[in-house]
Amino acid sequence: MTSAALRHPFETLHAALWRPSALAPRLFLLALAALVLAPLASLIHIAWQGDPDIWPHLATYVLPAALADTALLLAGVAVATAVTGVGTAWLVTAYQFPGRDTLVWLLPLPLAFPTYIVAYVYVGMLDAAGPIQTAFRALFGYQTAAQYWFPPARSLPGAILMIGVVLYPYVYLAARAMFQTQSAALMEVARTLGASPLMLVRHVALPLARPALAVGLSLVLLETLNDIGASEYLGVRTLTLSIFTTWLNRGSLPGAAQIASVMLIAVVALMALERYGRRHRRFDASARRHRPLARIALGGSARWIACALCLAPVLAGFVLPLIFLAHETVVRGLLFGLDPELPRHAVMTVLLAGIATLLAIGLGMGAALAVRLVRGRLASACLTIAGLGYAVPGTVLALGLLAPLVAFDEGLNWITRTLAGISMGLVLAGSGAALIIAYVIRFLAIATGSAQAGLARIPTQMDDVARTLGEKPTGIAWRIHLPLSRAALGGAALLVFVDCLKELPATLLLRPLNVETLPTYIYQFATRGNFEEGALAALLIVAVGIIPVLRLTRFADIAPAAATNGSSGR
Amino acid sequence: MNAMTMRAALCVAAATLIGSATGPVLAQSGEVNVYTYREQKLIQPLFDEFSKATGIKVNVVSASSGLDKRIATEGANSPADVLLTVDVARLQDAVKAGIAQPIQSAVLDKAVPAQYRHPDGLWYGISMRARVVFASKDRVTQNALTYEELADPKWKGKICIRPGQHAYNNALIAAYIAKYGEAKAEEWLRGVKANLAQKPSGGDRDQARDVAAGKCDLGVANTYYWALMTKNPEQKAWTEATKVILPTFAGGGTHVNLSGVVLAKHAPNKANAVKLMEWLVGEKAQHIYADINYEYPVLAEVPVNPIVAGYGKLTPDAMPVAKISDYSKAASTLVDKTGFDN
Repeated sequence: MTSAALRHPFETLHAALWRPSALAPRLFLLALAALVLAPLASLIHIAWQGDPDIWPHLATYVLPAALADTALLLAGVAVATAVTGVGTAWLVTAYQFPGRDTLVWLLPLPLAFPTYIVAYVYVGMLDAAGPIQTAFRALFGYQTAAQYWFPPARSLPGAILMIGVVLYPYVYLAARAMFQTQSAALMEVARTLGASPLMLVRHVALPLARPALAVGLSLVLLETLNDIGASEYLGVRTLTLSIFTTWLNRGSLPGAAQIASVMLIAVVALMALERYGRRHRRFDASARRHRPLARIALGGSARWIACALCLAPVLAGFVLPLIFLAHETVVRGLLFGLDPELPRHAVMTVLLAGIATLLAIGLGMGAALAVRLVRGRLASACLTIAGLGYAVPGTVLALGLLAPLVAFDEGLNWITRTLAGISMGLVLAGSGAALIIAYVIRFLAIATGSAQAGLARIPTQMDDVARTLGEKPTGIAWRIHLPLSRAALGGAALLVFVDCLKELPATLLLRPLNVETLPTYIYQFATRGNFEEGALAALLIVAVGIIPVLRLTRFADIAPAAATNGSSGR
Repeated sequence: MNAMTMRAALCVAAATLIGSATGPVLAQSGEVNVYTYREQKLIQPLFDEFSKATGIKVNVVSASSGLDKRIATEGANSPADVLLTVDVARLQDAVKAGIAQPIQSAVLDKAVPAQYRHPDGLWYGISMRARVVFASKDRVTQNALTYEELADPKWKGKICIRPGQHAYNNALIAAYIAKYGEAKAEEWLRGVKANLAQKPSGGDRDQARDVAAGKCDLGVANTYYWALMTKNPEQKAWTEATKVILPTFAGGGTHVNLSGVVLAKHAPNKANAVKLMEWLVGEKAQHIYADINYEYPVLAEVPVNPIVAGYGKLTPDAMPVAKISDYSKAASTLVDKTGFDN
């Protein structure tokens, strides 16, 4: 929109106007980076305590398999989610077919399921003793499961499908928002020029969807990389799992911290590479509402194929697991024999997730605004650092966070002892504050990314106009930036909230005495191999998670800023 | 100003939350704080009974890993009084991490046999489980088995087991190393690996399930799972298709592991903590271990549950349990080296 000639004088004016107030945003950004760096620094400190003896062993026996499994898992999940996410998003955006209006909001729902729950459900259904193989044996007259070959559910391909079917909505939401806003005119031009549907996808839709695909996929891949419950259960030896076995079985916490550090570096490098690859791709990012693409009504068998293609992931990722859990809940009488503690855990989960979400969004928006004010390398470096929490496995983050929290508490105790002669105990490390801080650090990346994307859509000239009309920076933030990026922030808030709801590993390690969240409650059944006893709690997570996911669809429909061009440009 | 109200609400909610529900638990006379690797659901009945008997409130946090590290980091301000764990290696880890303190307790020393406690009273075993085999009733005729035999080629393609890096298998392999040395253990582990029907995965119950479905004939698992499955509507069928064999080491006994307790070094409620530990090896608690958790009680006077007794008489291997933990790292290394989990 802004031509270079126009931009230049405006930006100069812009910079001149803002300079006096640049200190506060800089300090804010530095503080935020410090918050995220604290656990990472403590992680590196642990790694530094060294255990060089373990590396030859790791390099010979552990890492090759772990790297191969991790690479295959990531590649498989990437392909599965990209194909499913982009494919379904394209179908519901470009075509009209039976059930399309319902499928639009059904498609994101698998996001409400934690991956490990879906893994348990599918192994229960697909294993040798499950209903499908039992029927198979009855049908073909086999006596035992050893007499025929059946694709094993507990395997790498199984893990790819099960994780993929839960995570594809990240890509779907981003791709759909992109298709909806960016492409109407281009698509219609291509159509009138006689482009076949395939050409349309290849030459117009896919290139346009690339930034969305990148953002959605990076969320998917980081989630996959951090997954521990599902991959352990399915027998996939990922890097994250080898961090655990190195720590717990090989008795080397420094070794584990070293693997985690290397993994962190790899993730950062990949993120940088991804950004570098897209440095020239900036799509039109105006605040104007686009005319939605006119959907073509499909006829004949095509409409049923489209319907089936969109229905399949919904069935696999949402309906089937839901039926399984509901069935277990009823069969086990979990509703009547309701654990009296369960409602308390549910409220606690929502409360913790809610507070963490508000804080993360507040800080994320603050960071995006600060970067808009000061720009420059330092600012964007701080913003990158603030997003690193997402790249570290939950337990590792929790381990790293313990030391800084305790250090803070000890400092506080020293002050209160000196001043008043009393000790406060572990104020942060021993309370729910530890969990909230962990969630904020973990999911801040989603908030900063979306807030930045939301702000990127507001032309800087608008700030300048407001400024010349005498509005103060805080006033501009409240009256222009916040209202205009509301949709982006709302979308991000819902994603963060759902992620907090599902968070397990950090919660397990950091939660205070007598506190359970729904995931930790389910986990204790799962570790005893009796996951079904937690079916009602699993349903509660899904029920609480569905509401935000449904809202997310609505946000995606009206203003798809959330996550779409999250890192467009800088 | 929607966002303003939200902010205000946030402050109020945060203050309430941090102040009350999850606030730091300080040392108080009528409480004891337990960090546990055992699932809370499993041990809550014990704590409820303890509270009823003594009026002492038990505060709990459970996790599957990292609690010893958490206690160590929390340092002198740690609210932890007691650490409850499920594996002898974990008990020894606590000692190594310097988070345990010794106890002088005639009650504990009398109840817990010497081979199931630390020589200096740094930890005490409170219940036992054995790592055994769930065998197909239809396809397995023998009723006795040695661990050595699991590597016999006659079981080729017939054994199911969870990953070798899991703590339960780690302890079994460590025990094998402790008995025969690493070279013999490696040969054995390769033999077992060659007999597997599928890649190691799932949990202990999944092994029973796969035996019942005919995927394999022998599933390696812990004793209490079989008894627990008899109480579960669908899993009951898996127990009906299987029998429990208590394997032994040739010329020795069955591999058992412990769940145990540690008194935290900086325990703020030390007296209550010792009271809880003593209560856990008392008759009432030991009955709960036997009849609700289906474990073997350490207290000789308390009988095992009839279902568990139905497995046959358990003869624990004579080697001191603590010795197993000396080899847990070697066992883990061996699993990597043999590619057992691949």
